[in-house]
Amino acid sequence: MMCRNDGDQSSGPDPGQPPDDDRTFSALLEDSVEDLYENAPCGYLSTLLDGQIAKVNTTLLNWLGYKRTELVGRRKFSDLLTTGGRLYHETHFAPLLRMQGEISGIALELRAADGSRMPVLVTSTVKTGSEGQPLLIRTTVFDARDRRAYEQELLRARQDAERERERLQQLATTLQKTLLPPAVENVPGLDVAAYYHIASTDEVGGDFYDLFPLAAGTWGLFLGDVCGKGAAAAAVTSLARYTLRAAAVYDPDPAAVLSNLNTVLNHEYNGTDPRFCTVIFGLLTPDGDQGGFRIILASGGHPPALLLRADGTADYLPTPGGQLIGVLPDADIATITFRLARGDTLLLHTDGLTEAHTAIRGERYGDEALLDFVRALAPTTAQGTITAVRDLLGTLGTGVDDDTAVLAVHVPRADREEQQRPR
Amino acid sequence: MDVRSRNQVRVSGRPGGPVVMLAHGFGCDQNLWRLVVPTLEREFTVVLFDHVGAGRSDLSAWSEDRYSGMDGYVDDVLEICRELDLGPVTFVGHSVSAMMGVLAAARHPEYFAGLVLLAPSPCFIDDPAAGYRGGFSAEDIEELLQSLDANYLGWSGAMAPVIMGNPERPELGQELTNSFCATDPEIARVFARVTFLSDNRADLAQVAVPTLVAQCSSDAIAPPEVGAFVQAQIRGSRLITLNATGHCPQLSAPEETAQAIAAFARTLR
Repeated sequence: MMCRNDGDQSSGPDPGQPPDDDRTFSALLEDSVEDLYENAPCGYLSTLLDGQIAKVNTTLLNWLGYKRTELVGRRKFSDLLTTGGRLYHETHFAPLLRMQGEISGIALELRAADGSRMPVLVTSTVKTGSEGQPLLIRTTVFDARDRRAYEQELLRARQDAERERERLQQLATTLQKTLLPPAVENVPGLDVAAYYHIASTDEVGGDFYDLFPLAAGTWGLFLGDVCGKGAAAAAVTSLARYTLRAAAVYDPDPAAVLSNLNTVLNHEYNGTDPRFCTVIFGLLTPDGDQGGFRIILASGGHPPALLLRADGTADYLPTPGGQLIGVLPDADIATITFRLARGDTLLLHTDGLTEAHTAIRGERYGDEALLDFVRALAPTTAQGTITAVRDLLGTLGTGVDDDTAVLAVHVPRADREEQQRPR
Repeated sequence: MDVRSRNQVRVSGRPGGPVVMLAHGFGCDQNLWRLVVPTLEREFTVVLFDHVGAGRSDLSAWSEDRYSGMDGYVDDVLEICRELDLGPVTFVGHSVSAMMGVLAAARHPEYFAGLVLLAPSPCFIDDPAAGYRGGFSAEDIEELLQSLDANYLGWSGAMAPVIMGNPERPELGQELTNSFCATDPEIARVFARVTFLSDNRADLAQVAVPTLVAQCSSDAIAPPEVGAFVQAQIRGSRLITLNATGHCPQLSAPEETAQAIAAFARTLR
């Protein structure tokens, strides 16, 4: 007679089955608890609260090559770990187990009797008494050799990827720097400031600006935005920068400078891969003895510049009709001539600022908001303007998803105090 | 910067009572003290905090530059003392925090009524030339870092993007880091190096406040001879060996640990 001890007939075999099958099935169910423990497909370990091994199953002994008498009552669980693993056990595993009553899926390495190492995944629970007091720790140990090899591959791949990413960022940052002047020139009688906001360190942006001397006390300045990002855009940016500087020497008329850039881009990128940009180019000429500058701005499809006047008013300087540079063989260039008087500030920007997403879903910062912003600023200085725009970009935070370049030039007021203000 | 929220400082216990400040070590956060706090609260004002990078401290305050050595942590301890302005405290430092207490008391003894160095080790790495046995080699520490990496696979994959990607929603990160002792793997690596590669043996002699060295009877991380070394280097210090086993007596024997802290703090009144 088999010693069935559950007494629960409903979960037993179908009474309609032949008696032989019934017997075989029951015999399987009789898989002894002892055997199930000793030869389970995982290691079992019971330890006292101080880690002393009280019970261990045959599976784990076989894995590690120890005799039962070598471990029970003689060794602690942490003695089976590698030294680094023991540090982890003492600083993480044991405290967490004490606080939570259980801890699961911890990757450790066990040291076998022959010194070899076995990667395992360990889960422990604290068995408590009737009063909730901790009595002993039960631990299951899973063979994780294959899994660990796989994880280490993942880990290595992740570390490689992180290294590559760092390298890429370094490269992008370095390249970016070569596309901007290291510091804006010191122009006599003019206060100049600029800022370049990098939206993503992974890619080189396509914004650029410069300010440089031309013949007879005149100065050239430009600020532009190449369509696209990355290495291809950086190549166009580089070409545009050097073309603008050379063209300005050849013929400083702003409209002519942009026409020449348009021709160069058309020649270089004709056919299947057109590359274009938007640019504002300005020619600054000192305005006699009044301390101001006469400025001619030419725009090829670029957002209009802003004039922040000494009297506290501010407006866009519209350049309608200017077309993108590099698309058509003969692009229309729009120009505007004005005077930058003492106390006035000229601000050029790229559309990374006005296209920035605001906290309101789906909304962009926009031209109107920028105009309101600078109206509140005026009158101010070049540095005052750039600092305020930097703060604004900081407030917009991750909403600024494109690079942004801003360049401000300001004619200081006549009073001695501001003349002497350091730049 | 608000020191209280940066370090998640909590003050509880008897108002106006002598102040006991509890500093956790590497691997967890102020939760580690929760079994000893109820006993201490009856008699003392208890100050708990998380080191920056641990627990619910302000992770944005963490930088590798500031926290890749003991000094950043010591500055924080002193700043907390200054900010709370509760008078001289009995500073209880567990593990690596014991050495932070030593360095802080050397710089500003006036902030400290006394030090309890719980399971301390001034140097984990063996120094055979000086006849010093810390118990570990540099390779062992590398192995620990590998253990950290192996067990942070899930963390960095699942949690980091949620926390890092939503700086405008800090509550997301907070919910996740609420699970005990979860630490950003990058921060854990740096703190592990500070903990196990610092050598503060020469700083022990600078301590001039009453000091209790409390070691555990069986500690795989800070063996008995290390506790004896610490006691020998600090003039006038006392050494006791707790019955507690393991490296965290505040968990394995909370009552015994609390009583030892209380008995020492009482002598400082």
